[in-house]
Order: sequence, then C-alpha cells, then structure tokens
Amino acid sequence: MTLTSTAPAPAGAAPVTGRSSARAFVDTHVVPYADAYDSSGRVPEDLLRRAAEAGLWDPLSMDMVTLGEVHEEVGRGCSSLRSLLTVHTMVSWTLRRWGTDAQRDRWSAPLAAGDALGAFCLSEPGAGSDAAGITTTATQTGDGWVIDGVKTWTTGGQRADVFLVFARTATSIGAFLVPRDTPGVTVTPIDDMLGTRASMLATITFDGVALGPDALLGPSGFTAGMVLTGTLDLGRYSVAAGSLGIVQACLEASAGYAARREVGGRPLAELPLIQAKLSDMVTDARAARLLVAEAGRLKDAGESATIMATWVAKYFASTAAARHASEAVQIHGASGCAPGSPVARFYRDAKVMEIIEGSNEVQRITIAGQAERETTR
Amino acid sequence: MSSKTQILDFIRGRYPQAEIDESQDIFALGFVNSLFAMELVMFVEKTFGVTIPNEELRIDNFRTADAMSALVARLTSDLAVA
Ligand SMILES: Cc1cc2nc3c(=O)[nH]c(=O)nc-3n(C[C@H](O)[C@H](O)[C@H](O)COP(=O)(O)OP(=O)(O)OC[C@H]3O[C@@H](n4cnc5c(N)ncnc54)[C@H](O)[C@@H]3O)c2cc1C
Repeated sequence: MTLTSTAPAPAGAAPVTGRSSARAFVDTHVVPYADAYDSSGRVPEDLLRRAAEAGLWDPLSMDMVTLGEVHEEVGRGCSSLRSLLTVHTMVSWTLRRWGTDAQRDRWSAPLAAGDALGAFCLSEPGAGSDAAGITTTATQTGDGWVIDGVKTWTTGGQRADVFLVFARTATSIGAFLVPRDTPGVTVTPIDDMLGTRASMLATITFDGVALGPDALLGPSGFTAGMVLTGTLDLGRYSVAAGSLGIVQACLEASAGYAARREVGGRPLAELPLIQAKLSDMVTDARAARLLVAEAGRLKDAGESATIMATWVAKYFASTAAARHASEAVQIHGASGCAPGSPVARFYRDAKVMEIIEGSNEVQRITIAGQAERETTR
Repeated sequence: MSSKTQILDFIRGRYPQAEIDESQDIFALGFVNSLFAMELVMFVEKTFGVTIPNEELRIDNFRTADAMSALVARLTSDLAVA
C-alpha cells in the first residue's frame, strides 16, 4: 500500500538517545503526519524505517528512565507509533530477561534493528482483564509444542514478524515465541478502532501451530507466571509514559490555541475558566513525569518496588490523559471536533490508555490491595 | 544479617499480617501470586547480587526462607568459583 499523503519528509533520522533527540525525531518525522496515519489506519513503512534508523526498535540500549522519556516523547506525537513501540519493547525485554542463548541469537539482532517487529498476544475473545481465563493451549509433544487458540486486539498484529504468545500449559501459563510465518498462524486485521487507530491491530488464530522445544521463553512451572508479570510491567511503564505524552501534547495544543483564539475581543488564555484547565494540565503533566521517572529509577536499580510504582504511574497518567484530552477538545470548541484535529485524536487515544495494560478498575483493585496489605496488622 | 533473615524480613514487610518462620511453606499460606513471586525474585537478585537462571526458578527453591537462602548460597558460591 502506498501512502503518499503520509510520507514523512525525506531527511534521514538522527539517532535517538534521550529526551531531546526523541523530541527532535518526533517533531520532524511524526507530529506533522500523525493525523494522516490516524485516518489511513496505519503507521506507514517509511516511518517504521525511520524509527529503525533512529534506533527506536532497540529500546534496551537505554536505561529505563531514558526509555520512559523517549516513550513520553513518542506518545506526545503519536500514540499509535508509541503502542507499536510498547509491544515491541515488551517482546525485546522478555527475550533478554528470559531467553536462552539460542533464542537471543535468533531474535535479538533483528528485533533491535527493527528488521523484525514484535507483538504481544495475551487477550482473547473471552479473556481480557482476567488473564487467568485464557484458553489458548500449548501442548508439549515429543519434539516441541503445539499451540491452539485465538488471540485478539493484538497491537501491531497486522505487521509484526514475531508474536509473544501466552498460552496455558499443563501446569501454568507459558510464554512462546511464534514467528508469523509458522504454518497454522492466521492474521485477521481489526480496522477502525476508537483510538490508536494506526496501530494495526489484529486477531491472530493459532491452529495446530507446531513449534520446536525452544519456543518456550522462560521457565515452566510456577514461575512461568512471572514472565507475564514482568512483560506487563514494562508495557504498563511504556503506556504510563505515553499517556504522559498525551497530557503534554494536550497542554501544548491548548496553550497555543488559547493564545490565538479570541472570544469577545479577548484571547481565550485570559479567561479564568480556561486558565484553570491549563494550570491543571501543567500540574498533572509534572506529577505524572515524576511518577514515571520514579518507576524508571526503581527499574534501573532492580528494586521490586518498581512494580507498584509502575501501577501508580500508569493509573495516574492514563486518567490524567483522558481528563485533559477531554478538556483540550473543550478548549478548542468545534475546531477540536473537526476532521484531522490533533486534540480529537488525543481524546480517542487517551480513552484507550484507561483500558490497556490493566484497566482503571484493575489498577485500583491492585493499588488498593497493596494499601490494605501494608496497613493491616 | 543472614540471607534468611533478610528474606523473612522482606516477606513480613509485604505481608505483615502473616505469621511466618523460616521453614514455613509460603505457597501453602495462599498469598503468593505472580506479582509477589516477581517481587520476591527481584528482591533476591538485587539484595544478593545474583541472577537466578531459568532452571533454578522452581517452586521448591522458593517455598521457604530456608530454601531461598540455600539457593542464594548456591548461586553466590557459583559466582565465587566463576
Ligand atoms: C487499542 C487496544 C490495543 C490493545 N492491544 C493489545 C495487545 O497488543 N495485546 C493484548 O494481549 N491485548 C491488547 N488489548 C486488549 C486489552 O489488554 C484488554 O482490552 C484489556 O485487558 C481489558 O480486557 P477486556 O477488553 O476484555 O475487558 P474486560 O476484561 O471484559 O472488562 C470489561 C470492563 O470490566 C472491568 N472489570 C474487569 N474486571 C473487573 C473487576 N474485577 N472489578 C471491576 N471491574 C472489572 C474492566 O475494567 C472493564 O472496564 C488492546 C486493547 C485495545 C483497546
């Protein structure tokens, strides 16, 4: 498919090594085209290549604090690209944390170069929040594994080269690396989602998919569940950062519009009710940034407290994104509802952030559970 | 502080209401979910400067503080040899 209307500017992409280079990449290669990606329903190959040139598919080359900053910047520009980056990062990290030498030899280099994109397959038609309810099975055979089941809402599923599939084994839930071209794998695109519309979702059917013994990633038995916990933790961190990016984007768009737009001969920016909205955006962006940075710092230090810190950061940032995206549309009035309006895109994307990687409700249950444990004696 | 005491302190810190000792099977107490298992493994790796290989991530190595400190001793002696 050729998408001439969405083709980014020709300049090559400089390496992204931290916040400022990420900001420059996003301002040059993403922001001007993100609305076109949104309406065409895909992030074009050209941008995927540019992201590869910039090193974005090699997230593990950075520490976690930096990764959070980079994902915030990408999320500021385009939540669809950030979502693709999130699931790819989850696959890359899981491979590094749990992979055998042979698994790393096969996948690390192509994943880091962006020659192979990863996707994360947990949700099923009958199981979302309740991950324990998945019914996809991995059956151990004499010479490997056979996977059967249906995964859905897979971000990047239309495009990914390798799927990280969570399936029920005889004893637990295991993680399996499944190349897209394995016989028995069928990819059915899901188009026209409410938000992250360019993130190329798919339903993936696994029908008697035969894999070698090395398809299992990480331990089997009781600790297999930890692979999922760790993978989701990192995804949640990336979504927290991306949600913060949405808040920042809402702030920048709203402050600019409020300065330009006049009502009754005065700029919107002078109206106290508008100022109240802008000040809340500033405050929540700063608070979310601190929460994300703290979760990242704890990850870099290998502290187990990062898991709860990440839940809190994601809960705060995603709800802030939904709230402020709604206010950003409000500030823009009809212009905010118009076709191609960035704030309309932020509004739709922000809603998704409250659902993925642990919905708001699940986050509150988990955070409250911790509070209860810590205070009950 | 011995590794056993540090491990017990960590578990008690997370579950103050549970009364556990070093030989108690924490899985039998029913509060170990995958979140806590992950935290426990991260705690052991960070505190004792070890990486637990996949083949050591077996339930029997994590049932009790005794078993976990034996695992730590094994992994740190591997480090000393390496
Ligand atoms: C754009 C998009 C991209 C996605 N990408 C991926 C992906 O790449 N890979 C993947 O595996 N999945 C993906 N998902 C799926 C996502 O992880 C699930 O949507 C999410 O886990 C929620 O599951 P569900 O939609 O089945 O909702 P359900 O689990 O059916 O929940 C429905 C509602 O009930 C609430 N609820 C659930 N349990 C409780 C409870 N105990 N108490 C109170 N309320 C509760 C939920 O919060 C929600 O509001 C994606 C989803 C979207 C929208």
